Amino acid sequence: MKINLKIWRQAGPNATGKLVTYRLDDVSPDMSFLEMLDVLNEQLIAKGEEPVEFDSDCREGICGMCGLVINGEPHGPRVTTTCQLHMRSFKDCDTITIEPLRADPFPVLRDLVVDRSPLDRIIAAGGFISVSTGAAPEAHATPVPKKNADRAFDTAACIGCGACVAACPNAAAMLFIGAKVTHLGELPQGQPERAARIVKMLNQHDAEGFGGCTNVGACADACPKSIPFDVISQLNKDLRTSLVRGL
Amino acid sequence: MKLLMALTGSLFVLFVLMHMYGNLKVFAGQEAFDSYAHHLRTLGEPILPYSGFLWIFRIVLVLSVIGHAYSAFYLWSKAHNARSTRYAVRAAGAAAWRTQTMRWGGVALIAFLTWHLMHFTTNKINVNSAVSDATIGDSPYQLVVASFQVWWITVFYLAALVAVGLHLQHGVWSAVQTLGWAGTPGARRISQLLGNAVALVVSIGFALPPLFIMFGFVK
Repeated sequence: MKINLKIWRQAGPNATGKLVTYRLDDVSPDMSFLEMLDVLNEQLIAKGEEPVEFDSDCREGICGMCGLVINGEPHGPRVTTTCQLHMRSFKDCDTITIEPLRADPFPVLRDLVVDRSPLDRIIAAGGFISVSTGAAPEAHATPVPKKNADRAFDTAACIGCGACVAACPNAAAMLFIGAKVTHLGELPQGQPERAARIVKMLNQHDAEGFGGCTNVGACADACPKSIPFDVISQLNKDLRTSLVRGL
Repeated sequence: MKLLMALTGSLFVLFVLMHMYGNLKVFAGQEAFDSYAHHLRTLGEPILPYSGFLWIFRIVLVLSVIGHAYSAFYLWSKAHNARSTRYAVRAAGAAAWRTQTMRWGGVALIAFLTWHLMHFTTNKINVNSAVSDATIGDSPYQLVVASFQVWWITVFYLAALVAVGLHLQHGVWSAVQTLGWAGTPGARRISQLLGNAVALVVSIGFALPPLFIMFGFVK
């Protein structure tokens, strides 16, 4: 396959970036998207140019490290992560525009690499349960109904990649928070800190400079883990409960 | 902030449904329509003065409009500040256009509302040169009928109804979501259907009287 690429190049956090055009003549449809970028980088290095910086780690869709906006869609046209997207999803001679995840709380460090630590700080503000560490507790000691366990598991699938923020017209991180409060809220272990959790996480979210949700739904469309949009309503319900309790 | 948006929005939905019910009285004839309009002014008497209830209602609505618009601008500016570098390419998402109309559509609706109030409430503007002011007199029924006999007034109101419908379609379900009642896949589906239903009922319900008047079924 022949592929034309327009890639956002930016030398550093404060440098001015621009889209630069590249051309690859021999791309296999079986390559993953990141392998295609690896091929490009090998050619750039051979020519003595700076390779395109991008994040990746597990390359099997479970770590949340990769995340590029491909033709205006975070993680591209398929419901999966960028690393699990393959070139067969594109046509011969396609022009593909690759941009970093865009949101002011995610400053571009270089090229396609952004700093997503605001999401870590939101988790640190309340997206956890406080337990004493030690041996794993007996699994049957705390029964969880199957329905709740399933929903907790589905929402725990969030890998924190930031695609929801990148897709949101308001650059809000509500799907990310919704996934976490639903995950912990479905489980008995999550109850003691439940009311305070949502308030702390939202305060951190606002302090980081994310926008507010207007229920557009672009986040859930972009989510590589199919986190459902209704977790945001769960978030609002938890918030309402907390407000009534005066937290 | 979003709760303010959802609560004031819900109030508008209730008001609009009530307003639509009143409008449909046009089909019951002049007497029913005019006595309904008069009754609104005597509602709550003698505890409240003439038009007292109406004025309380109007003040609540105006405050709600201010609250609704304030939270919209708050969210708008927050969104603007949260992404100062825009994407070069934007995917043509299905979610996009309906929700994009919320902000500009809302501004357009305020402009429409201003005209609408001047037309039927404050100035009672007679746009139909074929009907004399004396014929209209104090009858709201005659004013409505005279107005919608003018084709471009009807077309303008129909356009406004499309804007109202689009606003409601996203707004109703969005309010349910914000109030926390759409927390499961089933509840979300129901509330989205509710949004579509309210939008359709309101746009069609309001469109009937002008259309029937324009085509001469109601005189």
